[in-house]
Amino acid sequence: MAELPLQLLTGWGNTAPTAARLARAHSPVELLHAIADPPPRGVIARGLGRSYGDPAQNAGGRVVDTTGACEFELDRERGVVRASAGASLDDLMRAIVPHGFFVPVTPGTRYVTVGGAIASDIHGKNHHKAGSWCNHVESLRLANADGTIVDLTPGRNPELFWATAGGMGLTGLIIDATFRCPTIESSRVLVDTERAPDLDTVMAMMSERDHLYDYSVAWIDLITRGRGMGRSVLQRGRFARFDELSAAHRRDPFAYRADILADAPPVFPSGLLNNLSIRVFNELWFRKSPKLRFGELQSIPQFFHPLDMVGNWNNIYGPRGFFQWQCVVPNGAEDTLHYVIDQLSSKGCTSFVAVLKRFGESSPGHLSFPAPGWTLSLDIPAGEADMNDLLDELDEVVAGVGGRLYLAKDSRLKPELMPRMYPRLQEWKDIRAKVDPGGVWQSDMARRLGLL
Amino acid sequence: MQDALGAVQSLLVLGGTSEIAASIAQRVVERRCQTVVLAARDTDATTGLAIDLERRGAKTVETIAFDALDIASHEKVIGQVFENHDIDLVILAFGVLGDQADFDEHPAAAAKAVEVNYVGGVSAGLVTARQFRRQGHGTLVVLSSVAAERARQTNFVYGSSKAGLDAFAQGLGDSLAGSGARVMAVRPGFVHTRMTEGMEPQPFSTTPDVVASAVIRGLARGSHTVWAPSILRWVFALMRHLPRPVWQKISAR
Repeated sequence: MAELPLQLLTGWGNTAPTAARLARAHSPVELLHAIADPPPRGVIARGLGRSYGDPAQNAGGRVVDTTGACEFELDRERGVVRASAGASLDDLMRAIVPHGFFVPVTPGTRYVTVGGAIASDIHGKNHHKAGSWCNHVESLRLANADGTIVDLTPGRNPELFWATAGGMGLTGLIIDATFRCPTIESSRVLVDTERAPDLDTVMAMMSERDHLYDYSVAWIDLITRGRGMGRSVLQRGRFARFDELSAAHRRDPFAYRADILADAPPVFPSGLLNNLSIRVFNELWFRKSPKLRFGELQSIPQFFHPLDMVGNWNNIYGPRGFFQWQCVVPNGAEDTLHYVIDQLSSKGCTSFVAVLKRFGESSPGHLSFPAPGWTLSLDIPAGEADMNDLLDELDEVVAGVGGRLYLAKDSRLKPELMPRMYPRLQEWKDIRAKVDPGGVWQSDMARRLGLL
Repeated sequence: MQDALGAVQSLLVLGGTSEIAASIAQRVVERRCQTVVLAARDTDATTGLAIDLERRGAKTVETIAFDALDIASHEKVIGQVFENHDIDLVILAFGVLGDQADFDEHPAAAAKAVEVNYVGGVSAGLVTARQFRRQGHGTLVVLSSVAAERARQTNFVYGSSKAGLDAFAQGLGDSLAGSGARVMAVRPGFVHTRMTEGMEPQPFSTTPDVVASAVIRGLARGSHTVWAPSILRWVFALMRHLPRPVWQKISAR
């Protein structure tokens, strides 16, 4: 293979850059070419680079950019899509929404690939009803380190299938996958918005009524302390039926426009998002939300991907970047969640509006993140070494109640907590060792967390 | 691997008896660094630190023989460390201060000090940079000095050697852009250590602990240059532009 270009790579958080040789693949066949003759420091696949930390980096090794391999087709009879690893949910939605289908699961951004969705076993606002992405995957094709291809289904080869679901790309290179897509009667979401004055109230509201909605998420203010700690805006909804649309919408019930309205250039200084600016933002954001509004029709981007309206919004954190901390604690560990939020808010952890949501049943993925309980995620500006002291302590607390952190978001977890947070890690490692005895699949995250 | 907050998992100290490096090593070990290699001319002198680092939580602490003056050996000695471990952080900490009056009497001794501080640093720095390029990541912390900013008549041999090392560190850092490797030059003021024992402290004198904190902060922020204490950045912004007769007077003490 001709020498590939050296490329400095980071995750979405722009932290801990490392250099790798970048191979671009424009078709499934090229994906296979791109993994031939692996270098000593191995190979990892990379999609749209929306993981916050280092799972799609491979210092000194090779990184395969899959985004060129992006073809897909919708089988309208069966309601399934077969897509190459590099196909983005953005492309998918543009193509399938007009036909009355939606993706089974979408995270807060539509700029993720199908390969990444499997490797992180992503979840969305509908996890309490629909589970995670891999719950909807019928089959996938995985390229082994030796170039052979295996066809995986949850029924036929559950071991490797579920090791790959949430396996961070470390079991092989995903070539394509077939997954079920639900039908929708319109492209509008019927949204109920409620404000909650504090954490207890929002948690009670979610416990009582989340099951009535397909999609649910609470945006929670972590800066306000005291009585208003955990004040939130709760947004829940489901796709509108045709008869619920206004006359104007009925003319084109599957209208779908997903534009980037503005682009954030890389000119913002670090420290622009500080305690003060975020406090002001959070206050405005809380006050602009309606106290109570039922049955509002929102578009898909408005409800599911509000941040995608600004391209490269990660640039507003400046050159030092930022990271995300997302944990899940089991049902019954509400006190722990309270403690975590209290610590974050009292230690002055500067964070934009954080997200709280409930998870339903886990998928069988060995390293799949979601588990029944509560998940909290927040963005934190990087640059303060001391932040590790607080978060290390909270990691311990989370692990102590059987909770865990989300690998797709992580960029700083201590490796010794991995087996405690993911009790099936050893089982996963054994499967990995069987399919990749030569240790071809490697990444910065794998090295950092001792996954190999 | 270095994490998003600059915490490292493996460390190589070149000059394992440096008190500043020891202080940095203690900090990084407390913040999840599990592998430390202490390279020193006198390996026995690092035993105490090795035990201390293990007590603080390091899983592996190795001690290896390393002589800054034995330039021919650098490639092999440092290469061996990188063969055994992925190294996130290298601290280039060896150096001698010497006594200017002594140097005036024995120019050969001065040349030897420069050989340790500068020539040895260039060799070890370039060997490290090559390993970092291969790894695709790594941070080299170079212990420079405020003395590099403007030579004082009382220690200009030391100052000029650090000036060379500092310029080398800056150029090396720029040349590594895009490789995943970084260089951070650390410019401490007068630090209370064995090296400066018995000397008259300069204004803004500091301790190894303060320097270590500055380094940890610099790693988290991705700084190119770190001053300790940080106010020295501004003090020397002024100092380096003082008219020569004024500087001559100030630097005489």
